[in-house]
Amino acid sequence: MIALREVSFAYPGGAFRLSVPALDVAAGERVAVVGPSGSGKTTLLNLVAGILVPASGSVRVGEAEVSALGDAARRAFRIQKIGFVFQDFGLIDYLSARDNVLHPYRITDALTLDADTRARAEALAEKAGIADKLARRPKALSQGEKQRVAICRALLTRPSLVLADEATGNLDPDTKGAILDLLFERAAAEKATVLAVTHDHELLPRFDRVIDFRDFRQKAA
Amino acid sequence: MGTLYLAGQYLRFHFWRSLVLVLAIALILTVPVAIHLLLGASERQLTARAEATPLLIGARGSTLDLVMNSLYFTEDRPPPASIAASDAVWDSGLATAIPLYVRFQAQGAPIVGTTLDYFDFRGLTIAEGRGLTLLGDAVIGAEVARRFALEPGDSIVSSPENLFDLAGVYPLKMPVAGVLAPTGTPDDKAIFVDIKTTWVIQGIGHGHDEPLTAAAEGQEGAVLAETPENVVAGAALVTFNEITQENIDSFHFHGDPESYPVSAVLAAPPDVRSGVILRGRYLEPDQPLQIVVPEDVVNGLLADIFQVRRVLDVVVLTIAIAAILAVALAFFLALQLRRSEIETIFKLGCRRATIARLVTAEVVIILGISMIVAGLTTLMIGRGTEDAALWLLSTQG
Repeated sequence: MIALREVSFAYPGGAFRLSVPALDVAAGERVAVVGPSGSGKTTLLNLVAGILVPASGSVRVGEAEVSALGDAARRAFRIQKIGFVFQDFGLIDYLSARDNVLHPYRITDALTLDADTRARAEALAEKAGIADKLARRPKALSQGEKQRVAICRALLTRPSLVLADEATGNLDPDTKGAILDLLFERAAAEKATVLAVTHDHELLPRFDRVIDFRDFRQKAA
Repeated sequence: MGTLYLAGQYLRFHFWRSLVLVLAIALILTVPVAIHLLLGASERQLTARAEATPLLIGARGSTLDLVMNSLYFTEDRPPPASIAASDAVWDSGLATAIPLYVRFQAQGAPIVGTTLDYFDFRGLTIAEGRGLTLLGDAVIGAEVARRFALEPGDSIVSSPENLFDLAGVYPLKMPVAGVLAPTGTPDDKAIFVDIKTTWVIQGIGHGHDEPLTAAAEGQEGAVLAETPENVVAGAALVTFNEITQENIDSFHFHGDPESYPVSAVLAAPPDVRSGVILRGRYLEPDQPLQIVVPEDVVNGLLADIFQVRRVLDVVVLTIAIAAILAVALAFFLALQLRRSEIETIFKLGCRRATIARLVTAEVVIILGISMIVAGLTTLMIGRGTEDAALWLLSTQG
């Protein structure tokens, strides 16, 4: 599903350099990425998503070689094939929970918002336990409910890959497990691979595999 | 794609901020248009009234004061002339002379002392009641009747010129004899009385009991001195403050009738030739009177207004540019506040063009609503500009 080969990346003018000789994630796998802050975990997610382009090497997701795509193609690939779950939820404050779930369909021509999509959004919300909260704005939701909305948004486009960046970082201990279970359950239902950055070692046993990122990071000379 | 929907949701969520922006932009659009409409209406009002008034004769002084006071009944007071000026025009046979005495007010409305010829000259018709018949009668303009809820049979009292003038004349209570049909001119806002009534208001004419009779009936101080030739009445002698059927015969005027004041004489020559000859009679520099063509005076005023308008345009343009920059800054700051939102949708796969389209949609909605508000406001202002211009012209000075 995901294949990185001889990937090298450095931020312009920065002292940070990321090198990944090889990294593979199989389809449907649930992989956790761990490592100290600043080790390049989020950079890895951004490289896989095509938000960042490596200086050298290749990043392949499914059939697409993301690192070789142009800017417009990478955006189209991202919105169609990848679902994002952020630590800060990334919800739009002026939209209701329902509109937040449907949001990807309103910001691109690559997706069509039709009755079927709306029905799937309602079904996803039902399964996520927030069906009665869809009319509320994010401010009126608890942290856990916000992340459930974000998961519904990430999965509504039927992505083949879900990238979660500290998705449980802002949640209380009781909620963390439930949210991760929901993410795995819904991702499995949509046959999506999950690549999740986390600091929470208690959650690691739930993943199929753990990648320790300290192996990839190199300090610039 | 739902950029319009998203823009609408954003603006609805930030309702008050959006409203302030809409009002600010609507103001930027409305103010210059409103000023132009008002100035245009003022020009039309000035021109129309001036064109309908062939010649004005008055004491030498400001021609603008003479015209504004005589045409718009403003508080600009030209130096007084005498009624002899009117008689002279009549005697010349060159024009119809209509004396005007515009000096006093009743509850803020100007009292215009004139003759019945004025009503014919201006084409004024009585909508209710009757015309001027008796000394003391008042015929009021349609706006005065509406504003003070007056109708024939009611009364209106002249206002004292100076509250602290202890020697001043008492206010005169005037019965409303009739109400004029509306004309959309300053005549709607005026109270018309016979010119002699204004002289009574001024104290040149008055009515009171016969002093000796009053003294005989026990009114102390009614007579201060009595000789075979003369009787000196005292201040205790009651002066009537209303002209009635019973006391009208006691009203009389003091002094030389030819010296009674007028503020202007409106002269309407039957033809151009008579007008030219009449104008020639007032050319002498030592002549105490002047004759003016109101249209010429107004054209001079309009030339000044045109200059002011150009300055005003520059001022309005400068303010508009400053306001537009402030609005643009508000949009820019709002965009800064939405940085995290933009980053999120950018990560999700949104194109930069879509973000630009989203912001453009918001600007277009705000501008669209502002233009509708500005359009409706301008429409409302447009309907009232003639009245506003009239008010502006009548109250200036």
